[in-house]
Amino acid sequence: MSTITEIAILVLAAFVGFEVISKVPNTLHTPLMSGTNAIHGIVVLGGLLLMHEAHGVLEHALLVVAIAFGTINIVGGFVVTDRMLGMFKKKPELPSGESAGEIEGGDT
Amino acid sequence: MSTLGTIFLQSSNFINACYIVAFSLFIYGMSGLTGPRTAVRGNMIAAVGMLIAIIATLLTPHVLSGSSTPWLIALGLVIGTAIGIPAARNVRMTAMPQMVALFNGVGGGAVAIIAWIEYRHHFASGASFWVQKSQIPTLFAAIVGSISFWGSNIAFGKLQEILPGRPIKLPGQTIINAVLFTICVGTAIVLAAGVHSEPLFIVGILLAAAVLGNMVVLPIGGADMPVVISLLNAFTGLSAAATGIALNNTAMIVGGMIVGASGTILTNLMAKAMNRSVPAIVAGGFGGAIAAPAGPGGEDRGPVRSTSAQDVAIQLSYARQVVIAPGYGMAVAQAQHAVRELERALEKKGVEVKFAIHPVAGRMPGHMNVLLAEADVPYDLLREMDEINPEFGRTDVTLVIGANDVTNPAAKNEPGSPIYGMPILEVDKSASVIVLKRSMASGFAGIDNPLFYEPKTALLFGDAKQSVSEITSEVQAL
Repeated sequence: MSTITEIAILVLAAFVGFEVISKVPNTLHTPLMSGTNAIHGIVVLGGLLLMHEAHGVLEHALLVVAIAFGTINIVGGFVVTDRMLGMFKKKPELPSGESAGEIEGGDT
Repeated sequence: MSTLGTIFLQSSNFINACYIVAFSLFIYGMSGLTGPRTAVRGNMIAAVGMLIAIIATLLTPHVLSGSSTPWLIALGLVIGTAIGIPAARNVRMTAMPQMVALFNGVGGGAVAIIAWIEYRHHFASGASFWVQKSQIPTLFAAIVGSISFWGSNIAFGKLQEILPGRPIKLPGQTIINAVLFTICVGTAIVLAAGVHSEPLFIVGILLAAAVLGNMVVLPIGGADMPVVISLLNAFTGLSAAATGIALNNTAMIVGGMIVGASGTILTNLMAKAMNRSVPAIVAGGFGGAIAAPAGPGGEDRGPVRSTSAQDVAIQLSYARQVVIAPGYGMAVAQAQHAVRELERALEKKGVEVKFAIHPVAGRMPGHMNVLLAEADVPYDLLREMDEINPEFGRTDVTLVIGANDVTNPAAKNEPGSPIYGMPILEVDKSASVIVLKRSMASGFAGIDNPLFYEPKTALLFGDAKQSVSEITSEVQAL
């Protein structure tokens, strides 16, 4: 792919990024930050692509670390975001006797 | 698998198509993250995109060639998963900001290492062969990735309270930073121009950038930390995109760039909410100079009035409207569930309870929303700053739980204050204010709060969770 095509992709991606975020409520800033944080874990692909070209112990060891780092970034980022977002959801499926009863049932 | 199938799966068209699917899913998933209802699904969609990108990469010809390569790749993936999942599962909601900083840091570290290897590799195969095109992005990725790694680690250390939260500043800091920055960029230019091709130069760049990352974040005070994490997040995204250009990988270019762009916007939104400019935050510590005398010398403002849980309970129970303004103190004390109990108890007494959420209360924007949502506080009780500020005049009691800087009237009245101009929750407009605090220590920003010395303010000292529970049982007993 030519450099110019890649730069075009880069610029368009920048506009997409700007556009997507401009209407986010404050409430979702933290999950959004951690969600986008997970996406830049995509660098792990770099580690995968370079491993077979690596020479010597140093490069191999460094790339294992890089892949591990990238994976932590991805896995951790998505799981943490999911946990956070799960808390924003209503929880009607929880034991109905307890939580629902407490809200409506006056003195308990 | 048949040969034909293998050829199809390994063809560059198929793999590139996978990348296109992957980055489309990132974008679609991210747009889902902007609404509370679609967010969970959006996050999952982005994760699926990531999985597709990784599988496509592993299918690429030669990627798994060599006897040890598949094992080393598997080793890295397994280690990463083994660390990442438990860390993400077990982290307390209150520790979320530092966790995000840490995840961001390792991402930056991965970028820096990959740039380093990329450089070494091309250098080893003959310096002159190194395509100009991949040089500049690789050097950029090395610098920014290294800054992001070290900067995030410092941010983590500060939020985790391993390092002091107050600004740490050296004399001549700005000059040192400028020198380091010049070293990084200068060396990079020398390398890119092909004047010198010393393999150790890249290590020098990485080290200088590492020191720079430390130096830039160390002087930044706690209140600015959310903005810094968001900025470093954007940095890592940009450096990932640069790596993508060097490696001709569209998924990395798009994935990295949308994070870079959205991170920049998010950083700006946050900085705006605090009425600070991003360059001002990066250039210097928050209240570094003024905080020192204001911290211990707080007493000359006059005496503070302390109160008891019982008095607070009486005051709250006979109020018509109570506003709760939570801050980081609620987070550290894990008091969100206790606060929810108090809110229920008051509601049973017919008191109208609302929550005032400052956009940067806590250590992250939206931090309070996450915690209160965890405790099942109904969404419609939460009010954003602009909505609640006009209501303070009609409020009988405002209960400030572990919030300090975001309620500090100095931001409005004292032009000399380092937080002057930051929009605050105008709790001092309500008829009376009760502040739950651990001690008289100043907030994370290190600035004294005149609110505490006002005659209408009463302070209840102690652990926020315990205090709230005591108040709740007193309210229930009334």
